[in-house]
Formats: sequence, structure tokens, C-alpha cells
Amino acid sequence: MSTIYILWLRQLKRHFRSKARLIGSLGQPLLFLLALGFGFGPIYQKAGGGDYIQFLAPGIIAMSILFTAMFSGIEIIWDRQFGFLKETLVAPISRFNIMLGRTLGGATVAVIQGLIVLIISLMVGFKLENLSLLPLLFVFMFLIAFLFTALGTAIASVLEDMQGFQLIMNFLVMPLFFLSGALFPIQVLPKALVTVATINPLAYGVDGLRAALMNGAYFGMPMDFLVLGSSAIILTIIGGYLFSKIQI
Amino acid sequence: MIKVEGLTKKFNDFTAVDNISFSVGKGEIFAFLGPNGAGKTTTIKILTTLLKPSRGKITINGYNPVEEPNNVRHSFGIVFQDPSLDDRLTAYENMEFHGVIYKISKDVRRSRIEQLLKFVELWERKNDLVDNFSGGMKRRLEIARGLLHHPKILFLDEPTLGLDPQTRSHIWAYIKDLNQKESITVFFTTHYIEEADRIADEVAIIDRGKIIIQGSPKELKEKNGTNSLEDAFIKMTSCDMRHEEVSNADRSRIRRRIFKH
Repeated sequence: MSTIYILWLRQLKRHFRSKARLIGSLGQPLLFLLALGFGFGPIYQKAGGGDYIQFLAPGIIAMSILFTAMFSGIEIIWDRQFGFLKETLVAPISRFNIMLGRTLGGATVAVIQGLIVLIISLMVGFKLENLSLLPLLFVFMFLIAFLFTALGTAIASVLEDMQGFQLIMNFLVMPLFFLSGALFPIQVLPKALVTVATINPLAYGVDGLRAALMNGAYFGMPMDFLVLGSSAIILTIIGGYLFSKIQI
Repeated sequence: MIKVEGLTKKFNDFTAVDNISFSVGKGEIFAFLGPNGAGKTTTIKILTTLLKPSRGKITINGYNPVEEPNNVRHSFGIVFQDPSLDDRLTAYENMEFHGVIYKISKDVRRSRIEQLLKFVELWERKNDLVDNFSGGMKRRLEIARGLLHHPKILFLDEPTLGLDPQTRSHIWAYIKDLNQKESITVFFTTHYIEEADRIADEVAIIDRGKIIIQGSPKELKEKNGTNSLEDAFIKMTSCDMRHEEVSNADRSRIRRRIFKH
């Protein structure tokens, strides 16, 4: 337990000590929220979709969690390059606990980042519709955060350097984000893309956030919970396995 | 304390360590000397459970690194060739982190961290981020960290590489001191021959994955009829430059990177 705690604490300290990272990781969600929110808002309204900020905000919260979580997971590559990974690998502790501590730390950071975006959304006009669902919001935020930190960890365990990072951003993170229903409803997509979206765990994350924030679920909250929870467990097992196989 | 018999490590078709045997007694200072790419770091990685051997029998403090890695991990402290500190944490936090993952109780941890940071003369800088430390300070902090859990053996992989002469002699003074005060067994690799000559009780010269000769610095000099260990070393490893060997090793390393996963 104390091992998991100290690894968790380390992730938090690292994140909050880097002001550049703290601000940088808010820049993109903020830009999306403001530019898209105000840019497409009137069109969305005209088309009869209602208030676009109401629709968009949960998607942008999911986005900030996704990016921060993936980045935290992938940070293992840095630890490998700057040597710190070796310090944990020669210690008499189980590799699975190392992975778990890191993932919990990364997930916590991502949830905090998501909460900051939520507060910003509230400031630009987003309204919470059902306060009693707030605890569920935290559950979904945490599930998304944990799931994608574990995914980042799994990927980083098999990469040796940062060369593959752009590849992951462009061919994994961006598609996950764009095909999650964060920016537009999944229903409007062509059938083939809807199929892709239904196997995208982030789609269930966005749906879950939307359900908790404004009672508007596509898959339904129990389904969202089931998919996110089981994906998180599967990825933790895969990530834990790949991490335990790291040789330096 | 360390016993190695017939240790071999292959990376695909490249044999990094080729059937080596040696043993290090308690309280001894053992130097592993060899040119670049000779197999020094690979050997240390195997002894410290970071790599699995292809063949051979190893005992560290009575434990087998493959079967009982955690017992082995409790037995040694290590200073790696490249820094392995978290530079976004302070010196104290790095020590604290180490103490927690080695499950040292809070009271013992506190007093031991203070004792060791004072020993390497970093107590005044304990709350500074490691990022602001010089190379020598980082190395000193790593030595202190490696000692925190009272290891029986201290592994040092090129501990003085890239440091200025003053810092180097400083670091060896600490290590000698430790060896005498806490009777820690020290296993270090180096290609600074004069360091091995001055510090070590026992030296093994390794080249192309094989141990060519082993003995006290004095014996090695006598055997080769040379005055300095350097002459003995060059005589043993032959005086040609190491272009061919190094590039072969590098090629294999690249191949390993590509096909590893």
C-alpha cells in the first residue's frame, strides 16, 4: 500500500510542479471549448440542437481527461530515458504495484484537470442540470482517467523512446477523441463510423459524463459504466503484464 | 557474497557475456575492468535482476536472482552508469521515495536519511530540486540513496564517469570509508585503470565477454612483468583500437531494440 501511495504522490508532485505543463494541458481544451462553443453554437441552435455549450462541455471535459491520462501513462518513456525507471525496477516491490501506483497517480491528475475544465465551462455558460448526479460524474471521470492512463502505460511499456509518440497522438488519441461523440452526436455519423464509435471506450465515457451532467445519454448510464469498467480492468491487466516484461 | 559460475548472456546472435565465473568475498572491493562494450554493464544488470541470464549459476548474498529476485533486491544498493534520480523531486524526496519502496519504517528512515545526506555532504541542500544539482552532487546523492536500506553489497557501474578529478577522488573516499565502517562489499566497473589499481582488493579484466585474468592488482602486475596496471591491461586486452568490436556490439544492440517486442 505504501508503495502505491508514494508512486501516486510522485505523479502528483511532478504534475503540479511543472507550471508549463499545467497551463499547457489546459490550453487545448480551452481553445476547443471557446472556439467551437461560440463558433458552432448559433448553427447548432438554428439546426434545432439546443444550446451547444451544454452539449460540448462534457465532451471537452472528457478530452482533457483523455489527453492528460494518456500523457501520464506515456511518461514512463521519460522515466526510462532519464533513468528513474531503473530505480523502481530494482526495488523489492512487485511490478504490478508500481504500475498500479503510477496509474492511480496519473488518473488522479487527469481527474483534477477535468474538474478545472468543468469549472471553466461553468464560467462560460455551462449549466449543471441535476446536482444529485454529481457523485456519478466523479465516478465516470475517474473511470475515463484510469482507463486511458492504463492504456498509455501499456503502450509506453513497449516503446523505447519518444519516436512513436506522434504516431500515437495522430493515429490513436485523435481518432479516439473525434469518434467519441465529444464534438457532435454519434447518431449523425454514417453507419460505418457509428460502428467504430461503439467500440471506442471514450464514446461511453463522454456518454456517461453527459448522462451525469445533463441527463442525455445515448448508450445509457449502466451500459457506459459496464463498458468503461470492464475496459479499465482489461487494460490494467494488459498494462500490468507489459510493464512487468520491461527489460532495460 | 557474490558467486558467479558459467554466466552467459546472449542477445540474439551476439554473446555479450561468455561463460564467466568469479566470486567476491564479504567486505571485499572488487573491480570489473574492461574496454567499452566488454560486457561490464550487462553483467551488473544480470546480477541486479534487471536482465535474465541465458545460462549460468548466480548467488547474491545466498539468493538466486532469477528465483528469489526480491531477496536479492533487498541485499544490494546500486549506483547506475546514468543518473536514475527524479529531477523534479528534491534530494530529500528522492531519499524518502527510496525508503518507502524498500519498506523502511518511518523513524529509521528519517534518521538514516539524515545520517547519509550528511555523510555525502548534501544535508544543507536537502530541499533543493535535483534538477539544480551538478553531476557530482547527483552521483553523491545516488550513493547515499543506494545505501539507505543497509545493503550488504553496493554495485557501482562506472561511478566516476564524466566527473572531474576532485569529485572522483571525493567519491572514492566515501566508498572506501563505507567499506571500512559498514564492511559493505563493493562491486564496481570502470575503465579508469588507476581507480581499480588504487581502490580494489581484487580485479577481473573482462574483454569481449570473457574474463581474461583475475587477481589482486599486485598479482596482475607481477604476472605481466609490468609496473602499472595500465600496461598489464593493455597487454592483456591487446593494444588494437576497438572500432570493430564496438560496432558489432552496437549493431546487435540496435537489432535488439528493433526485435525486442
